[in-house]
Amino acid sequence: MYNKKVLNYFKNPKHAGSLKNPDGVGEVINKTCGDSMRVYIKVKGEKIEKVRIETLGCVAAIASSEALAEIAEGKKLKDALKISKLDIVKKLGGMTPGKVHCSVLAQQGLKKAIKDFKSG
Amino acid sequence: MKTIYLDSAATTMVDSKVVRVMEPYLTEKYGNASSLHHKGQEAKMALDESREIIAKSIGARFDEIIFTSGGTEANNLALKGSAFIAGKGHVIVTKIEHDCVLNTAKFLEAHGFDVDYINVDEKGYVDLKELENKIRKETIIVSVIHGNNETGTVQDLEAIGKICKKNNILFHTDACQSYTKIPLNVNKMNLDLVTLNAHKIHGPKGVGALYVRKGTKLAYLAHGGGQEFGIRSGTENISGIVGFSMAVKLAKSKHVKYMNKLKNKLIDGVLKIPNVKLNGGGLPNIANFSFKYIEGEAIGAYLDVKGICTSTGSACSSTKVEASHVLKAMGLTDEEAHGSLRVSLSRFNTEEEIDYFLEVLPSIVEKLRKISGGKK
Repeated sequence: MYNKKVLNYFKNPKHAGSLKNPDGVGEVINKTCGDSMRVYIKVKGEKIEKVRIETLGCVAAIASSEALAEIAEGKKLKDALKISKLDIVKKLGGMTPGKVHCSVLAQQGLKKAIKDFKSG
Repeated sequence: MKTIYLDSAATTMVDSKVVRVMEPYLTEKYGNASSLHHKGQEAKMALDESREIIAKSIGARFDEIIFTSGGTEANNLALKGSAFIAGKGHVIVTKIEHDCVLNTAKFLEAHGFDVDYINVDEKGYVDLKELENKIRKETIIVSVIHGNNETGTVQDLEAIGKICKKNNILFHTDACQSYTKIPLNVNKMNLDLVTLNAHKIHGPKGVGALYVRKGTKLAYLAHGGGQEFGIRSGTENISGIVGFSMAVKLAKSKHVKYMNKLKNKLIDGVLKIPNVKLNGGGLPNIANFSFKYIEGEAIGAYLDVKGICTSTGSACSSTKVEASHVLKAMGLTDEEAHGSLRVSLSRFNTEEEIDYFLEVLPSIVEKLRKISGGKK
């Protein structure tokens, strides 16, 4: 039910994990499906320098986290806030409709992490 | 890559001996069992022989076996058939039924019937006291799954049968998973209706049966030429039915012992991994585990990469998002239910396959726990 890109992101998540002394952390939970993510960011000037994400979830959730991290790293904060679920789905080469909520979760996690950075 | 199939509760490999007996009925023995000529009678004879074998296997009479398109249809016929012939009334099912029973019960509710859904304990056993208390004079039927498809928990049908007999209520069981694995006798267990199917026992898909005790009145779902003693019209699936009866003939008690041995080895091995628990259990071929801090679907996907087929009752399995209703009924938390993995065996699995599974599983669990960050 998953395409090759999704499975590859799932199998080799290079951005999985946490960061020591992160500049921002965003935690999100989807109560219905049980997925949760914790997005850690390191910020340098205007830009997101590093993203690490801990994901408790299904294949789609783990792959979405990885795709999001790839998109977000190196982006200016204001541009990173504009990353949409569709950007993630596109990066993954498409996603079964029933699984798009996983990409939404990743996007929300990043937003929260950026908010955390700005407030802290 | 070699396939290691550990998902026999979903469906089983068709035994080659089953395929062999089916084949002539797809080629030269193509007759319609309702035809009076020799081609038809050739099919009729195969149909009768198959019916006899299946009837005998559960202590039933020849004319009490109604062939259907599978377990789903048989469960629908049992519940809708008995409810609609009564016209109105009360139906009792449990919270751990297969979707085809639960959704039929919901359909009956939508059509004016009262339905009660009985609770189970943490091991998945039906609360018999609650079941007895829910019975009222309008109660038409009690339906309880024999061996649960997710956890393998086996219910005490004899005890439930006694309750139903005492109250003069129809008793139905869905025995799709337990058939040929756990003894089933319609008289000893006071059963009026029993759902059986072929593809869980190394037979073909698309064929099953409903045992209907003589004298039990059912409304029919399929009207037509009056096949299957008038209860289920439609030209019989002879090749499927012949395959079904061969699958029953091939099932032996030594296979049950063998599967139990493999299952115990599997459980011992899996429980060595930290933070894992076993959910329910009873059938010789099903083991259901909950892994903390990770999701079952992700474990299944990594196992699939290694050639191993398993299944998950977790969220996000196929199109479902919510956690398994069976595990939730047993009191598991959402997290435990989402972290569940079902491993189900057949007589064709080997010790080497279990060894391989136990070799690759710990590192998959470790990797996923790293991705999730584990306990926070």
